[in-house]
Amino acid sequence: MAGFRNALPLIIFLAIGFAAPLLAVIGYSFMPERSFGLLHPPTLENYAAIFNGNSYISFGWSLLLAVLTVAFLALICYPIAYGLARVFGPWAPVITLLFTIPLFVSENVRLYGWLLFFIKNGVLLGTLKSVFGLELESWLFTRPMILLGMVYVYVPFMLFPMTLGVSMVPNETREAALDLGATRWQVFREVELPLSMPGIVIGFLLTFVLAVGAIAEAKILGGQTVIPITHDIEIAFTYAQNWPLGAALAVLLMLVVGILVLFVLRRFDLDAVLGRR
Amino acid sequence: MSQRPAILVLKNLTKSFGKFNAVDGVDLDIADGEFFTIVGPSGSGKTTMIRMLAGMEPATSGDIILRGERINDVPANRRPTCMVFQSLALFPHRTVGENIEFPLKIRGVPPAARKEKALALLRQLRLPESYYGKSVLKCSGGERQRVALARALAFDPEILFFDEPLSAIDYKLRKTLEKELKDIHRETGKTFIYITHSLEEAMVMSDRIGVMRAGKLVQVGTPNEIYSAPRDKFVSEFMGDVNVIPVSLAGGKLISASFDRSFTPPGLPDGFASGHLVIRPEYMRFLDSPDDAENSLSGRLYNEYALGSRIQYQIRAGDHVFIVEKLRQQAPALDLDQSVLIGWDAKDSVLVRD
Repeated sequence: MAGFRNALPLIIFLAIGFAAPLLAVIGYSFMPERSFGLLHPPTLENYAAIFNGNSYISFGWSLLLAVLTVAFLALICYPIAYGLARVFGPWAPVITLLFTIPLFVSENVRLYGWLLFFIKNGVLLGTLKSVFGLELESWLFTRPMILLGMVYVYVPFMLFPMTLGVSMVPNETREAALDLGATRWQVFREVELPLSMPGIVIGFLLTFVLAVGAIAEAKILGGQTVIPITHDIEIAFTYAQNWPLGAALAVLLMLVVGILVLFVLRRFDLDAVLGRR
Repeated sequence: MSQRPAILVLKNLTKSFGKFNAVDGVDLDIADGEFFTIVGPSGSGKTTMIRMLAGMEPATSGDIILRGERINDVPANRRPTCMVFQSLALFPHRTVGENIEFPLKIRGVPPAARKEKALALLRQLRLPESYYGKSVLKCSGGERQRVALARALAFDPEILFFDEPLSAIDYKLRKTLEKELKDIHRETGKTFIYITHSLEEAMVMSDRIGVMRAGKLVQVGTPNEIYSAPRDKFVSEFMGDVNVIPVSLAGGKLISASFDRSFTPPGLPDGFASGHLVIRPEYMRFLDSPDDAENSLSGRLYNEYALGSRIQYQIRAGDHVFIVEKLRQQAPALDLDQSVLIGWDAKDSVLVRD
């Protein structure tokens, strides 16, 4: 009972700050089109509109971009994480700091930085033109550019959990595997990878959930070549003034992401890989 | 032991970290099938030494020769040797069976044959076969020891290294495991090289012991040789409680400055000038008269301790505290501060250099 009393302030805070807005969004998703109150008789027409329309394209892009982002981040971050945990020694904190510093600058500002770097007559192309006389098409407003922006923005969210995962592998288990005849590759596959899995899975989940909700990269670097689902939601809530439709889209996004995350968590029982079985 | 061929020969083996020699010019022959223990205090270089032998640490200079072949440059995963780590280094994400089968899996042994071998090793190490599917994290300390040993045996190494695997285990279980390890050594006939900081542990198991100090092997011998003829004060004190009297040679007599008298030596080594007279506590006797032993001293009983089967007495004589140990049945009843006469025969003492 004392436990409940002590937890009560936090429960109230979470109820107001976390549960209430979510419930409001879920409530709105069942309201008639373009209505602004929560007291209308509930209807499924928003969901029907979504399933009859072409929102699946935006859903598809968001999920595809998120999956690709996670895949590229995994390939890029594992070697760096390995280096930070095992190779760089006294330089690891310096490099960690260099990866952290960009987080102090707003994501939008950094993306506009990339825009200035890649834009026609900008830092890269302007220099190439004036110094070498090379005139190239800008890569801005293409799909790979969106991916580049997303990978760039979410590096720390993959790198840090991964580094933690790699540093959790006791060095003696590596040595023992080697001593028992394993090749370097076998040590990696049989010991290092499975033992660093908790950090890797957390990195995957974190970056996937963030990337699926990304919007600025497609807007700024993609120039609306791609409309991710988050952009659709924003349009519904703003220009279109159709809150119920936006709410229904948001609920569907939460469902899709939630189901995927639960699926991954079930596949990789974090407790089991952490050794708490 | 000496007629068996040497399996491992170390020649002037050295490991330097900067200017510091962790292992300093070690020469050693280890016979095939021998249980050899390297014993030394922490920081003596024994762990560095065994890591070089297992291939986890490159030697700075010198040779490691396995069956006539220099293996300095052979990496750990290609050496036919295997190590049981102090931490055991079991794979926590694998079951007992998977841990034991690991070296076989690496070699591409088919699953059925692997399982058969793993179950045979479980039986050999007195673990129930039902442990095959058990998580290693659910095993007790002693069970993990056995799993680690089974995994190393599954590798079928020519030499098994042990890096203080029993140091974190409680006394009673350690004693059991020491004996089991010696039994396993006998059953497998493999060469075991064991390191520990406990000479007592080394005594129980080893065919031969090498005492290490500051990167050098100061004495190599059978447990009996080390016990009865320690080469210097360090080795004698490493054995546990001993009585040590600083002595020097003057006018053909062995003089103790602190007692201002001479003692009858067990025989003087050539060129001996000064050193220590070492007498083990069980060789010390309580005397009725000074004539009952070749050397005698009077003192007072300071305290006594019951050590299970033995009683240990601390006797103050001058500035020295002497230790006398007697079997419980033969222990005299003494009062604290009672005057006693203690002594020993020259043959029961050892004269060591500094």
